[in-house]
Amino acid sequence: MADDPLAPPAALAGDVTVPEAVAGAEPVQSVCTPIRLSYTYTPGRALSRYLRAMADRRILGERCGETGQVFVPPRGVSPLAGTTTAGVVELADTGYVDSFNITRVPIERRPDLKPPYCSAWIVLDGASVGFMGLVINIAPEEVRIGMRVRAVWKPDDELETSAANILGWEPTGEPDEVIDDYERLGRAQPAQP
Amino acid sequence: MGSERTAVIGVGQTKYAAARRDVSIAGLLREAAYRALEMAQLTWKDVDAVIIGKAPDFFEGVMMPEVYLAEALGAVGKPIMRVHTAGSVGGSTACVAASMVQSRVHRCVLTIGWEKQSESNAMWALSLPQPFATSVNAGAGGYFSPIIRRYMMMTGAPELIGCMVAYKDRRQALLNPYAHLHQRELTFEQVVDSPMLWDPIRYSETCPSSDGACAMVLVDEASGEAHDGPVAWVHGTAMRSESNSYGGRNMVSPAASEQCADDVFAQAGIVDRRAGIDAVEMYVPFSWYEPMWLESLGFASVGEGWRMVESGATALDGGDLPVNCSGGVLSSNPIGASGMIRFAEAALQVMGAAGERQVDGARRALGHAYGGGAQYFAMWIVGSGKP
Repeated sequence: MADDPLAPPAALAGDVTVPEAVAGAEPVQSVCTPIRLSYTYTPGRALSRYLRAMADRRILGERCGETGQVFVPPRGVSPLAGTTTAGVVELADTGYVDSFNITRVPIERRPDLKPPYCSAWIVLDGASVGFMGLVINIAPEEVRIGMRVRAVWKPDDELETSAANILGWEPTGEPDEVIDDYERLGRAQPAQP
Repeated sequence: MGSERTAVIGVGQTKYAAARRDVSIAGLLREAAYRALEMAQLTWKDVDAVIIGKAPDFFEGVMMPEVYLAEALGAVGKPIMRVHTAGSVGGSTACVAASMVQSRVHRCVLTIGWEKQSESNAMWALSLPQPFATSVNAGAGGYFSPIIRRYMMMTGAPELIGCMVAYKDRRQALLNPYAHLHQRELTFEQVVDSPMLWDPIRYSETCPSSDGACAMVLVDEASGEAHDGPVAWVHGTAMRSESNSYGGRNMVSPAASEQCADDVFAQAGIVDRRAGIDAVEMYVPFSWYEPMWLESLGFASVGEGWRMVESGATALDGGDLPVNCSGGVLSSNPIGASGMIRFAEAALQVMGAAGERQVDGARRALGHAYGGGAQYFAMWIVGSGKP
């Protein structure tokens, strides 16, 4: 091993000889080459149902036939059982904050998101999993784990087949959900199929 | 017939830095690869196969870089294989490389992980809009901050535990000539006073963006025995994955993490984990993940990981379970290499080749990596003696 850990490996030691014509020229160390990517996205049957319902201000989840768990947004498959979901479940647009983040730095390309803003795992009533959403119409410092929230939808004439129809989640003013973490404190593992 | 005993006889790293503009991607990798070959006292001719890992191609915008890197890595006419498991990739890549030797498919494998974040836009690559979800544009910090907040609430851990981890790792990085961040003047107060980015994560509690590569040379038992130099023996390797969303998922300590740890400790025959391991290189991109993983890996009981941090048990200076003597991911984060650096630093510890960051007499060490939404896990245990 080399005594100096930062000395170049012997095989790479020594200078590169450049042709006289370019000797003394300022070396180019990097160039910027922007890439634009445009995708056609095929959502599949489960997400198509979900996205079409979104345009009607409805939220559709799907239920696992084996475990009974309800997934939203649905991917058509139960991640634990590995089976196709068995049925569609319409969910209310209310739920609670499972946990949250407060972003305090400006985000490039999203000048509409003014820091500080709160993003959170939202668990809808009747759902088994949460998803990320923005918590709005409340100061970020006042958001709590367990806080009850409801969806704030875009105006009817702006609705699309998109999850962006929900602008964010605002407090309902109901008492907080009781989060029992003692079960989580145990090393209980989810049932395997 | 059991699997082939496998030895690490070479480790090579680049000096991690915000930008290595003096070298191309290929040049960066060759630096780490040649250092590993020099330590192994081998040349490209001795290498049977190359196993390479990095994070998504989106980062640097170079599609299938393993193809273009084959010739720079001496792999012309030899197998080269790319591994990808998000942030854990460096660890998974080492596990796959080890399996090539353990299965007796190859006798000598060079494995390498890398990232050139100065040519990347990771924030963009991790925030591609999806039509079925709302983009909250908060990046990795915004993803992990709610999980950390939940851990803090669950355990009632004092607010400054994360700062203690960050300060410890940045101090330990001063002992590692390859570490990216060498903040000699940094004080604990500065860590505490640094701005909140993704509340409750402060600026000084997050990893930097680094350029770098880390390589290892793995060989079969006979070559390991014959090697005239330090050797680390592989005592166990394990990988697990799971969906990042299912009902009842423990996001703080995912089942896949606990199962992966159970597997690797069982392979190494270690029952008392805290007593059986002398040094840990753990994937801690945000400071609070140290107490969280201490619990998930079974070094501390559930809810008690923060007490180990608070007591100084995880410090190189005086702790019984030194964690991230290298400075860890908090001090160097070339993403695709970060997992392999954990595995390689664990190997250096049991080789007795870790320089100033050496844990005296380290006999067994754990290398650990995780990735995605804490859903991919890779671990290995290496020892100074044969398994």
